[in-house]
Amino acid sequence: MSDLLPIELREECAPLAGHPEHLIHVLRRVQETVGFISPDSEAFVSDLLGVTLSRVHGVVTFYHLFYTEPRGRHTVRLCRGTACHVGGAGGIQSALEEHLGIKPGETTEDLAVTLETVACLGACALAPVMVVDEGYHGKLTAAEAVAIVDRTLSGEAEAG
Amino acid sequence: MSERVSFAIDGRTLEAEPGANVLEVAHSNGIEIPGLCYHPRLSVTGSCRLCDVKVEGRRKWIPACQLEAEEGLSITAFDEELESARRTLIELLLADHNCDCLVCESSGRCELQDLAYRYGLDERTRRFRAPVREIPPEDASSPVLVYDASKCIACERCIKACDEIQGKEILSYAHRGLQTVVTAGPTDWGGSDCDGCGECVQLCPTGAIREKLDVRPARTWELESTQTTCSYCGVGCRLDLWTHDGRIVNVTGSDAIPNYGSTCVKGRFGHNYIQADDRLTTPLIKRDGAFVEATWDEALDLVASRLSGIKAEHGPGAIGGLSSATCTNEENYLFQKLIRAGIGTNNVDHCARLCHASTVAGLAAAFGSGAMTNSIAELEFAECILVTGSNTTETHPVIASLIKRAVHYHGAKLIVIDPRRIDLVRHADLWLRQRGGTDVAWLYGMMHVILQEGLQDDAFIADRTERFDELRPMIEAFTLDRAAEISGIPAQKLAEAARLYASADKASIVYSMGITQHTHGTDNVLSLANLAMLTGSIGKESSGVNPLRGQNNVQGACDLGALPNVYPGYQKVDDPDVRAKFESAWGRDLSPSVGLTIVEMMHAAAEGKLKGMLIMGENPMISDPNLNHVEEALKALDFLVVQDIFLTETAQLADVVLPAASFAETIGTFTNTERRVLMVHPAVEPPGEARHDWKILCELASRLGLPMAFENAEAIMDEIASVSPIYGGIHHHRLEPDGLQWPCADDDHPGTVFLHEGQFRRGLGKFHPVEYRASEELPDDEYPIVLSTGRILEHFHTGSMSRRSDALNAYVSEAYAEIHPADLEKIGVTEGEQVRVITRRGEIVTKAVANGRVGEGAIFIPFHFVEAAANRLTNDALDPKAKIPELKVAACRLERVS
Repeated sequence: MSDLLPIELREECAPLAGHPEHLIHVLRRVQETVGFISPDSEAFVSDLLGVTLSRVHGVVTFYHLFYTEPRGRHTVRLCRGTACHVGGAGGIQSALEEHLGIKPGETTEDLAVTLETVACLGACALAPVMVVDEGYHGKLTAAEAVAIVDRTLSGEAEAG
Repeated sequence: MSERVSFAIDGRTLEAEPGANVLEVAHSNGIEIPGLCYHPRLSVTGSCRLCDVKVEGRRKWIPACQLEAEEGLSITAFDEELESARRTLIELLLADHNCDCLVCESSGRCELQDLAYRYGLDERTRRFRAPVREIPPEDASSPVLVYDASKCIACERCIKACDEIQGKEILSYAHRGLQTVVTAGPTDWGGSDCDGCGECVQLCPTGAIREKLDVRPARTWELESTQTTCSYCGVGCRLDLWTHDGRIVNVTGSDAIPNYGSTCVKGRFGHNYIQADDRLTTPLIKRDGAFVEATWDEALDLVASRLSGIKAEHGPGAIGGLSSATCTNEENYLFQKLIRAGIGTNNVDHCARLCHASTVAGLAAAFGSGAMTNSIAELEFAECILVTGSNTTETHPVIASLIKRAVHYHGAKLIVIDPRRIDLVRHADLWLRQRGGTDVAWLYGMMHVILQEGLQDDAFIADRTERFDELRPMIEAFTLDRAAEISGIPAQKLAEAARLYASADKASIVYSMGITQHTHGTDNVLSLANLAMLTGSIGKESSGVNPLRGQNNVQGACDLGALPNVYPGYQKVDDPDVRAKFESAWGRDLSPSVGLTIVEMMHAAAEGKLKGMLIMGENPMISDPNLNHVEEALKALDFLVVQDIFLTETAQLADVVLPAASFAETIGTFTNTERRVLMVHPAVEPPGEARHDWKILCELASRLGLPMAFENAEAIMDEIASVSPIYGGIHHHRLEPDGLQWPCADDDHPGTVFLHEGQFRRGLGKFHPVEYRASEELPDDEYPIVLSTGRILEHFHTGSMSRRSDALNAYVSEAYAEIHPADLEKIGVTEGEQVRVITRRGEIVTKAVANGRVGEGAIFIPFHFVEAAANRLTNDALDPKAKIPELKVAACRLERVS
């Protein structure tokens, strides 16, 4: 069932067998390696560490930064804090949703982009703000936001 | 018992044991402090805060469920401030709750609803509204239950029910904050390892987890409940059957001994068969090869005249009867009385022959009584439990939950000795995998280590037992290495097991058919008895030898003499004094010779010596070994009459079929595996013209010239008490609420919790120097694989009851064989494909399953499935003492089905 996990990762984790205290660490390594934590991965971790499956699932779903679905190659995080809201983040969100065809929390079918909203990025002076992967983009309009996302995707195509 | 303490709640002085749970003490004194997360069967959670109280001298409010009773506490449980806080807490729960009481199945049995009512929290007065949210869909993926997160109050009771009571650890919380829900894992509930016992359903305070019912029955307050005893395994769980309009619509666990609300999936969700469309509703007579409906008079007259005819022509010994481990004690008593006094033969037996005949013979010889020495509840407090030849989790689920509690909450050491990696292995300190059929050898190995290391109880051996001098040299000669070589268990592990068992003050052996179903089954049982006596681990609380009986009333059927060698109460038929007593009680001359056992009856029938049979509630066409031969035998009979609730495979061969009532339609008693006689109460009427077995037997006996005019089941039990000393004080009016455990000599006797205290039933415990013998049919080049058969959790016996349940079929609906992957590879079959299993007696085709349980060279097949009946394969070679067939070891080979 855990065949999707690379053999290297399973070998790396093997010494932790039977040690439930390493649950978070192993889950992080799974996510770093595969990008998300599938039911099969949860079953692998459960068997390895001797933590019941539902408890593994409980931990995975408790932490916001563990993902149970495949992620896009790029992550767009749009700030919905007060300053950004006043600055028009709502319109930007609608534009991104329409352009990408997904809602916040979702990933495009081609696994290119995951769209998220966050409560505050701590860059209110630049409102409205969004972060694409590691890069901050401020004082946006809806059209600029869409263009930035497109540039990111086309840059990927060129690089590819 | 320590001195009681007194303390005060709201000025009222209460007394309790020191350390008692204050919330419990308050409740038992009628002080209704509210609470939602607390449950008396679970550890304290303390999360709902509804039972918060003020304690004088302490600054913070403390949940009463977390407060221990101590001298002089002054507690305020009700004042305006506390009640206001409680009201707020309930309002907050309601704000986030899907208050769909109008259509909720739990309305009327919902603790949140009760509190909303108590605090008068109607829509107008509630201050809090839910943040906008969607009501998530229910998770209805489990075959037996539905989880509705919108009604979950996150009290944790279900999670703890699964962990602490059942030891299954299926459930947990997922997500967090307002989104917190109960999860069974990353897929849905149906995709988890949940086996559907329903403990979570039982303990859910709201409608969040509820039974998945076939129909919307009626509101809870329109239902009536009847307490009775389960019709499946020998644990004897008490159930509440809920009825509406004369139909059973729901089943819950009854909060009574021995299960206190727990059940398994069969008990709670597997009783649909009672209302199956194909219940027999009218007597049937076979004419020209086909059944035609008949009146009761026609059918009974025909049975009486045919049996009388056979008796006149061939003598009473040409007739035999199979009584039933499913029927009540009263019915079993009448059945054997009819055969013995009405027909005049001791040819009466029942399917205990196939499961624990060796126990009855072996333990009676060693101790003087062939039953579980201790009570179920005592298992939880044993220091060491040796489970062998019992897949307890599947065959006696509620007992398994106590074994797990012993391990997880009371520090017991668990030793599992079983050829299969059964569920209990997960909880065990030691798992030893013996070769099938080598039990006498590993038991000698353990005893050898105990003697060698001086771990035996010399005082016990000297004072309480006899013939140890004969056994001692045999133990000394049977070296550990020899035991290891024969059994395949590493010597060091076997020694470790011996030390664990011998060093525990309270050590209990739990066993079942892995021990008994061998041609040396009685020797196996005697060896277990030897081991227990060697270390003095018997005759004490939580310490003894405990055979788990398979069927709901197999203990009772044995107790009531549905055996060819004993009258009710294990009184021997070949003892002239005993016989004289029964001749005078029953007013008939009785046969002095021991009758035929089941397998012997089948042989006699095939040879034409047995001409007529009466079978009540048994289905030998699936349950008995070497089925091809059984079929031949039953077809050779001149006359076969079957009383049953369904037209079973056996009934189809009958000349007359009499429709009987199920347990849910009957009043009487069952005796569970711990010798506890428990009441069975009718919840519904028998369908059509179906009649109670005991009434059918009375009619039949009277027609055979043995007048039986019992007014009711209670009168039958009174007659039982008058002839059977171990049931001497057992009467229906004494059996509420907890039943009585035999031996119970007279009306003042309180019953016996555990046997052999101070003295064995037979006086001195008797050591038996048994010889190790190999199984009859060992694997060879032609048949290289060892086949064993047995039961699984989801189905029962011949499947005539359990396979009529859609819920149980949703878990397991077809036959299979557990096979080691290496053995599958050898014949080029992959898991899930069909495989042909062949023995010297027959062959079946079934699905190959590689679930990691059996070792290489061994396979296991459940015997419930007629379409791939395991008993077409099994060996009917018999144990010479107990006449039990060797169902656990047969040689077979596997072939690919092309």
